[in-house]
Amino acid sequence: MFEGKIIEWPYRVDYAREKDIETDVLILGGGIAGCWAAIAAAGKGARVVIFEKGATITSGAGGGGADHWGGAVTGNPRSSITAEEYAEAELRGGRYGNGIMAYIQGRESYETLLELEKMGGKVRDTDDVFKGSEFRDEKTKILYADDYTNGIIIRVWGTTFKPALYKECKRLGVKIYDRVMSTSLLNEDGRQGKRVVGATGLNMRTGEFMVCKAKATILANGRPSEVWEFTAEQAGSHTHNFGEGGSTIAWRAGAEFTMMEKTTGSEGGLGSGGFGSNRNTWFACNTVDDDGKEIPWLDRDGNILKTVSERYRPALGQKFFTNPRANTPYEYVCPSPAPIMPQLRKGEFNLPLYADLPGMPELERRAIFGLMVGQECKTKLRYKVLCDAGFDPDKDLAMMGSFLTPGLFGYQSIGKSGFPAVNTWGGRRGLGPGSVGGVVADWNLKTSLDGLYAAGDCLFGSYGHAMAATCGKYAGRNAVEYLFKAGEVVIDQKQVEAEKARVYASTKRREGRDWKELYYGINKVMQLYCGNFKTERLMHMGLMFLEDLNEAAASELYANNPHKLGRTLEALNVLDYAQAIMHASLARKASSLHLSFYRTDYPEIDPPEWNKFITIRLENEQVKVGELPLDYWGDYARNYKVSCQL
Amino acid sequence: MKKESQEKIYAEPNTPTPSRPVIINPDVCTGCNICVERCSMDVFIPNPEKGKPPIILYPDECWYEGHCVFSCPTKGAIKFNYPLIMQREPWKDKVTGKLFWVGMKNPPSPNTKPPV
Repeated sequence: MFEGKIIEWPYRVDYAREKDIETDVLILGGGIAGCWAAIAAAGKGARVVIFEKGATITSGAGGGGADHWGGAVTGNPRSSITAEEYAEAELRGGRYGNGIMAYIQGRESYETLLELEKMGGKVRDTDDVFKGSEFRDEKTKILYADDYTNGIIIRVWGTTFKPALYKECKRLGVKIYDRVMSTSLLNEDGRQGKRVVGATGLNMRTGEFMVCKAKATILANGRPSEVWEFTAEQAGSHTHNFGEGGSTIAWRAGAEFTMMEKTTGSEGGLGSGGFGSNRNTWFACNTVDDDGKEIPWLDRDGNILKTVSERYRPALGQKFFTNPRANTPYEYVCPSPAPIMPQLRKGEFNLPLYADLPGMPELERRAIFGLMVGQECKTKLRYKVLCDAGFDPDKDLAMMGSFLTPGLFGYQSIGKSGFPAVNTWGGRRGLGPGSVGGVVADWNLKTSLDGLYAAGDCLFGSYGHAMAATCGKYAGRNAVEYLFKAGEVVIDQKQVEAEKARVYASTKRREGRDWKELYYGINKVMQLYCGNFKTERLMHMGLMFLEDLNEAAASELYANNPHKLGRTLEALNVLDYAQAIMHASLARKASSLHLSFYRTDYPEIDPPEWNKFITIRLENEQVKVGELPLDYWGDYARNYKVSCQL
Repeated sequence: MKKESQEKIYAEPNTPTPSRPVIINPDVCTGCNICVERCSMDVFIPNPEKGKPPIILYPDECWYEGHCVFSCPTKGAIKFNYPLIMQREPWKDKVTGKLFWVGMKNPPSPNTKPPV
């Protein structure tokens, strides 16, 4: 509605129109992973097409900026850590991580950053703002975060990155189709599980259908995140948009997934997450209570650290530390603020808590607030709004918006959607940021489907900007290598027609249910039947209800313009993804601390016989369960050498 | 006594929340539509009248990345309208203990120091 009138859709819509294109390498998703894959592939002479649902110059979780660039080990003059040591550390406790991606990141992160600099990204302190600071390398002018001794994480001007990548893509002749959502993968003979020969797309402005034939396809379109908790409104910056359904197209095509039963943090209420905290972007800021009483910082053994400087150094006898995340083994645990729950309960500390930026050394303060908060994708907006409203980090304490976070105080909070976020074991129910399940890939970053490569958050265990960038490059190189041996590509017209019918079904109805309602329907089933108390019976009920939703919802949804049509397809993707999660959850007959997975019918936590990846995939529309050993990737260096295409 | 004319009352549906994630100044905005092209969620549509400000069609889908504001070439044309859900997490002057927040009455002057 606009001034009380409904106006016409401004783009010319033609649902019957189909555009057929053909290329060497088709990249689905123009985020960080997708752009780097495109640059690598085009740089080797391949013809490259990108389908991007948003606008490639700004899209994706890393589109707006970045504060950290991680995994900078190999080639980094400051680091004495090997890529293998880095990969091992990234696996955390339990070893449910993606060793392949972590190793690739370790090997290529530093040099990739230098390549980005050549494209126009700002990666070092060329204006000498931080000259003389502890975290700056005087020779290279590179700034470090977290562990200053090893310099694995680099502080960067991430707002310059996406525009530089976009420019490089254009320079290399990459053909970018913005506002095009990938709707399905096409298989040889139209058969689930067979070689991927391209993909279909929907233009979310014109409704046009796109069919792209490609010898190699790279999946780089993220994954759903709102499977348990969706907010239709009150969005603010709490919502996540990781693709809302991206990798589901690979599920439908028959690709293998793993770790789908893992869950991670709920947003935990309306508090603004990491702002004003002392971790991640704000590591290692002073924290004080409402009376100005400082919360001491402790080393990994619980000894109080007397200086700010010590927070950024490994402990005596510790080689390096990783950035703070749950379940980190002792070997890599970083300094952290003292847990103060008992004192809070006794009234010895008073809420709220504040980030004490004025109490930090000046250059550290400017690095945390001016550089990192000012450059990170989501917080840079807060930076501007707060400064416009008079916030001054030199004199003001910033309230810690996350003091309601369940993990922090074991507090039962309300999830962002209004449903209670009941927590057990530091309980996690959502699919927020942090590595969760996804597509499985081998040392070529090839999925279980021939012709389909993957990079970024669509993969299991993926996390972070630099991992997406390095793995994007790596997948791009491997996709090009595949071109030399790939046979001719033939699209199955029946599969295309079936997909078209599926895509446009909701445009044939004038009324029915809106896409948002489907999200709530999915959330309801997941919260009740795949929540904190999982049992065989409950999850079978859940599966039945999801299948029932599929039948009911698919025929009730309506979309009256291409934008809403895209949103409708996203919701349907999330429904498929939820079913995959339910199957994986049924398959794991044990509880697991590392996967935040708890079954009351199999309460034993991480029994040794269940220390493995559970894999799932569709074959003839039936779910096939399999497994992979932890460390299935074998010898890091040897396998990398064979498959890196360098 | 002056007879007041009866104001019309409409059957208006609920507005999406938030309804205005950004505010465009129609006197300054040139209708270049760069913001429309930069938004990753495609929440804007161009105004049917050329040169007029774009319309925020799906403000409920805005997730506060701010590409629209950061990419606008015309100073003063568009600004963030911080939603209430993100407000009331104050900051405190370390010396005076006074609280400040976005949306307060009598706010302090902007901090114009450059970030780095």
